Amino acid sequence: MAEEEDEIILSELPDEELVLQMHDDLYDGLKEEIEEGVGILLARGWTPYKVLTEALVAGMTVVGNDFRDGILFVPEVLLAANAMKGGMAILKPLLAETGAPRMGKMVIGTVKGDIHDIGKNLVGMMMEGAGFEIIDLGINNPAEDYIAALEREEADILGMSALLTTTMPYMKVVIDTLKEQGKRQDYIVLVGGAPLNEEFGKAIGADAYCRDAAVAVETAKDFIARKHNQMAAG
Amino acid sequence: MTPDDQQLTTDGAAFPAPTARILLLACGALAHEILALIRTNGWDHLSLICLPAILHNHPERITPAVETAIARHRPEYDEIFVVYADCGTGGQLKALCDRLGVGMVEGPHCYSFFEGNAAFAERAEVTAFYLTDFLVRQFDAFVWKPLGLDRHPDLRDMYFGNYETLVYQAQTDDPALDARARDCAARLGLSYERRFTGYGDLETTLRGVARP
Repeated sequence: MAEEEDEIILSELPDEELVLQMHDDLYDGLKEEIEEGVGILLARGWTPYKVLTEALVAGMTVVGNDFRDGILFVPEVLLAANAMKGGMAILKPLLAETGAPRMGKMVIGTVKGDIHDIGKNLVGMMMEGAGFEIIDLGINNPAEDYIAALEREEADILGMSALLTTTMPYMKVVIDTLKEQGKRQDYIVLVGGAPLNEEFGKAIGADAYCRDAAVAVETAKDFIARKHNQMAAG
Repeated sequence: MTPDDQQLTTDGAAFPAPTARILLLACGALAHEILALIRTNGWDHLSLICLPAILHNHPERITPAVETAIARHRPEYDEIFVVYADCGTGGQLKALCDRLGVGMVEGPHCYSFFEGNAAFAERAEVTAFYLTDFLVRQFDAFVWKPLGLDRHPDLRDMYFGNYETLVYQAQTDDPALDARARDCAARLGLSYERRFTGYGDLETTLRGVARP
């Protein structure tokens, strides 16, 4: 009986409480509850972009911060990401229809020889949440695939991921190929992955190393803003 | 003396030889194999100290742990040899060993040197997930629990969906371990291959270190 009394009925919560509850549900990786919450907010007239930023991205930012601070671990982050993915699946088609802000376009993928995509998928999802269009090339990408996608999609940003110390040097191969073809300056190059660090990012000629998904989003926003400023000044 | 796997995983262990002048400073995951080689070859001038094998799951902690151990044990021995490969340290362990004038095993990791570095590189298996004898025995401690699969088995395909095969690199002929490794593959949803490696480059490397 007590359990029934304690049960939270999402549809009965006012907006502000519902959003806070959704942050908790994201933290706990409750996909169905997130999908339900997204549906309720949309039915109440929230724009898809507002639902995305205030309910999902804000909640996932808390998850990301607690992961960075060693409070949450990979399994919990994955569950939260899976819950957010459920909400995103509802919002994504609506975002395009409702004219949500577009920040820029990013081609992202795991490098050749590497099949690990958890970090890459998290970054892609958080970038989408921040208004970037993501072209996800998946895993095991040779330089030519990255470069072809950058050109085809007229992308602003290249994001490369690697989990292995044996595969991360391939990022330099991609960047060097871009240089050889005279295309390096056309793109912002961001790199990430567990064994990387800032020093490595600099050494291979990337624009920035991004420690986690939240940093990737902020870094990408920063570079895009600078690019726009340069264009305005030029 | 048979090393205890749990102790090797979490605490490490020491196997001193009374007259030893050379110290092998190794990953706990290699203790059984190194002790077998010492025993078989009569290398009683080698002592073995193992760091906790679970460092394998936190490669960024390996180099500082090795550095501390070298500083601690250097006065007791004429020579120290580090029985780690790069092991996810991104060249940091090699830089440390070079700086301290200490040798270490060639190669990216134990999966490579057990198979032989050249042969492993030649295969270029991108979708293989490897286990050794030790990791088969300690599968839950190194894989299942740290990835949270004991609590959230539904996450399995997020971790392993891009892998195809679990390759059990067998250092010994042990039907019981073969069966356990096959079970690990089933739990991860992967096909299974047993590949006998013996001690591979570990044996040839230690033979060079042990040479009087």
